[in-house]
Amino acid sequence: MESCPSVKNILLLDSEGDRVAVKYYSDDWPTNNAKEAFEKSIFTKTQKTNARTEAEIAMLENNVVVYKFAQDLHFFVTGGDDENELILSTVLQGFFDAVSLLLRGNVDKKEALENLDLIFLCLDEIIDGGIILETDANVIAGKVASDSVDSGAPLSEQTISQALATAREHFTRSLLSG
Amino acid sequence: MAQFVKKDDDRDEEAEYSPFLGIEKGAVLQEARVFNDPQLDSRRCSQVITKLLYLLNQGETFTKVEATEVFFSVTKLFQAKDIGLRRMVYLIIKELSPSSDEVIIVTSSLMKDMNSKTDVYRANAIRVLCRITDGTLLTQIERYLKQAIVDKNPVVASAALVSGIHLLQTNPEIVKRWSNEVQEAVQSRAALVQFHALALLHQIRQNDRLAVSKLVTSLTRGTVRSPLAQCLLIRYTSQVIRESSMNNQGGERPFYDFLEGCLRHKAEMVIFEAARAITELNNVTSRELTPAITVLQLFLSSSKPVLRFAAVRTLNKVAMSHPMAVTNCNIDMESLISDQNRSIATLAITTLLKTGNESGVDRLMKQITNFMSDIADEFKIVVVDAIRSLCLKFPLKYRTLMNFLSNILREEGGFEYKKAIVDSIVILIRDIPDAKESGLLHLCEFIEDCEFTYLSTQILHFLGVEGPKASDPSKYIRYIYNRVILENATVRASAVSTLAKFGAVVDSLKPRIFVLLRRCLYDNDDEVRDRATLYLNTLGGDGSVVETDKEVKEFLFGSLDIPLVNLETSLKNYEPSEEPFDISSVPREVKSVPLAEKKSAGKKPTALGAPAATPISTVDTYEKLLSSIPEFSSFGQLFKSSAPVELTEAETEYAVNVVKHIFDKHVVFQYNCTNTIPEQLLENVAVVVDASEAEEFAEVATKPLKALPYDTPGQTFVAFEKPEGTPAVGRFSNVLKFFVKEVDPSTGEVEEDGVEDEYQLEDSEIVAADYMLKVGVSNFRNAWESLGPDFERVDEYGLGPRESLSDAVSAVITLLGMQPCEGTEVVAGNSRSHSCLLSGVYIGNVKVLVRLSFGVDSSKEVAMKLAVRSEDESVSDAIHDIVAN
Repeated sequence: MESCPSVKNILLLDSEGDRVAVKYYSDDWPTNNAKEAFEKSIFTKTQKTNARTEAEIAMLENNVVVYKFAQDLHFFVTGGDDENELILSTVLQGFFDAVSLLLRGNVDKKEALENLDLIFLCLDEIIDGGIILETDANVIAGKVASDSVDSGAPLSEQTISQALATAREHFTRSLLSG
Repeated sequence: MAQFVKKDDDRDEEAEYSPFLGIEKGAVLQEARVFNDPQLDSRRCSQVITKLLYLLNQGETFTKVEATEVFFSVTKLFQAKDIGLRRMVYLIIKELSPSSDEVIIVTSSLMKDMNSKTDVYRANAIRVLCRITDGTLLTQIERYLKQAIVDKNPVVASAALVSGIHLLQTNPEIVKRWSNEVQEAVQSRAALVQFHALALLHQIRQNDRLAVSKLVTSLTRGTVRSPLAQCLLIRYTSQVIRESSMNNQGGERPFYDFLEGCLRHKAEMVIFEAARAITELNNVTSRELTPAITVLQLFLSSSKPVLRFAAVRTLNKVAMSHPMAVTNCNIDMESLISDQNRSIATLAITTLLKTGNESGVDRLMKQITNFMSDIADEFKIVVVDAIRSLCLKFPLKYRTLMNFLSNILREEGGFEYKKAIVDSIVILIRDIPDAKESGLLHLCEFIEDCEFTYLSTQILHFLGVEGPKASDPSKYIRYIYNRVILENATVRASAVSTLAKFGAVVDSLKPRIFVLLRRCLYDNDDEVRDRATLYLNTLGGDGSVVETDKEVKEFLFGSLDIPLVNLETSLKNYEPSEEPFDISSVPREVKSVPLAEKKSAGKKPTALGAPAATPISTVDTYEKLLSSIPEFSSFGQLFKSSAPVELTEAETEYAVNVVKHIFDKHVVFQYNCTNTIPEQLLENVAVVVDASEAEEFAEVATKPLKALPYDTPGQTFVAFEKPEGTPAVGRFSNVLKFFVKEVDPSTGEVEEDGVEDEYQLEDSEIVAADYMLKVGVSNFRNAWESLGPDFERVDEYGLGPRESLSDAVSAVITLLGMQPCEGTEVVAGNSRSHSCLLSGVYIGNVKVLVRLSFGVDSSKEVAMKLAVRSEDESVSDAIHDIVAN
């Protein structure tokens, strides 16, 4: 337990258990088949639970999995057996909220697929090689959104939350660097 | 996103609309050609990269050629100034993980980005470059990375620090040079930078205990900003506590105040991390535990499932070692039995089962009964295990618990679950005599309708052992014979064996059993018929009410005390001949192969370079070796060979170890010698043994070694006669005598002249344990009972002060040289008493069983009660003599 908290994978699956976007950081599942088998078993195991208001938690193959559902999207974050459950759930919450911000509140599969580039960037900003990079949803969404919106695009095309996130980030940065 | 907007109209018609519907690798790779257009369309390029990432994410793989092609065209996109596109380029480069010769193409572009004015470029370029780089490139960019670590933009600093953590695995020597910068970053006011810096600094210094301790000391006094960094600090603090507690016993635990203070932190993850750290402290006292248990108790009633789960999981672990500390939470735990999350409910129940008191058992069982129907098998098994331990703890409650087990046995369930229940019932029957009759009947009912052959045969076997001893054995016969009529061949065969056991033990049932067994003679399976024939004959044909011979009972009930591996080897070696296979010729020593290998690896440090001739170590090979020497061939069957004992220090001129071979009337010392001097050839090597301190031994033969060249192990033997059957002990002093001849190591030429020389070896000993064979028994309790109390000898001994209880236990086991049974050689940490079961065969083929009970008091004085049962009174006494001396 002297090690840094680490995340083994982040999964975003649809209501059939199929991949929307997944990212693995551990060698526990070396092949695509192993990954799919893990996804299938975690999906089946959690399918009937109600994880819509609060994040839920389960053990699977000596891993702790925290998860949350919204419409037809299922969010999962997996960590090792002795990982602090609350750290994992903070990562999950960060991922979930950042995706909600980026999809402007329309958290469903269709919207996610149409903005898949944002989802990939979002995953990239949360975890780097298993190490937690950022857990604050506003900062994550801010980093993803401020970059992907064309600088030339009129401000009206940004949503309030995005604008807010961007502004907040600029504000924090100026505070921190000052 | 123009392409997506165009399709807007189709959405309503197509429920399963997806922008990636019908996507195909070949087509996307074609599309990727837009990267090469002189007029780059950033938006289009972004879309194509997203498609490529989508394919990779779905598990599609690119061939080497495809990946290279995509990679090269992607590198062209560095010309574009679009930030969004650049981010996608970074992503795809990381996903493609280019080979080192390809990396060179993008290195300069990435290095340019690393020094760009745009922070997003800098942070991401660092992460990409560090991900794909190798050691040589790293030295080029090291300067920039060190700067980045202390960059005032937290995103850039974090990117460099996290990359450092990854690089430490592959290029530790480079990353370790950054510790000054990392140290500075630990002081950063940006929360996550501090977290990443702390993680990296600790990893750089993790092998330097003093440095880690200093780091912890300074940070626990200062302010740590992010909850994540605080969690890290708690982990490092626990590590320091663990390492320092090995040195100073007693007194205040260092840093406990810090951990306790973290229980009042505002972030839940920190509170939990601290509470968990406290519960995992070595030898934690109940006073230290209390504040941690209190916060965990609060979490139990949280609205967040994750928090409840974390708390109940931790409390469940605490309940194993400190059940009393957790009882305060019992009311909260009980309300968790109805928790929506079944993992939480199961953990709560098993915790309650560990902490509950006797009066609460009935109420608890009622709650669990409702709960069992709606959880999965994996949870049920956990509950069954907990109930078994509870029943052993409160044997008076067996009726409630046994009923519960039999009820759940009747319900639907998979093999593992049913097996857990059956195993539990069997254990309860064995350990709680009152539960026997009802337990056996439950098992009988279960096999009436059991779909698992394995479980049916296990239960039938168990019935055969326990059933005949019950008050009314006849009532089981019906259940057993039903199996013969209704089941598959495997179960039928095992039912036949069970019937025979009833017939053997219960004389009044014998005539009826014979009728049933005769019917089995017409079974259509040959194993069933064979068994029926065998038992009819051994039980003595006419089926009248007579007492069964002791030998027959032994045959039916005796456990096979020969290791199956040995039996298999012997059967394979057996050549069909007039002479029948003799089961008593099978070696009974349990072979611990890995141990022997370890020893042999450690004992020949001097065997330079040469293919280490593996020392002959197994009993079989010893036996072959000894019987090939004419002087020893008349000694009869080898009883035991000891493990090699070193007689020289490591790294000396000559390496010698001795193996003691014990026969009925003789002892043979086998000296394994190795000459480690390349300039010498030894001739006429022999060991001169002085047995003046071993009065009962008389030397009868020596077998010298003709020549011992450099680094080629050889053996010389000395044989002694000793009184038959008695465990004579003694000490022998050894001197190696030989004739040395000089050798020119370059040519290998040996000089004609030599001189006589000798070399003092350490003494060897014959001790009582040499007369004991390690032979395990499968069921100690049964074996103990079957030996009977006739030759039981019990006495108590004080062993004096000992380091630890396990130390004392292993010392006695070594002294007696017996085989520990049922894993009882392992002493649970912190326990103040321990029971250990040993079995063995003493010289003269006398079976010996030993029960040891240890106790330790506060001044570390260990007391031991030794109970011995054997087939021979004098052997029981001899065992006591071993310990008494």
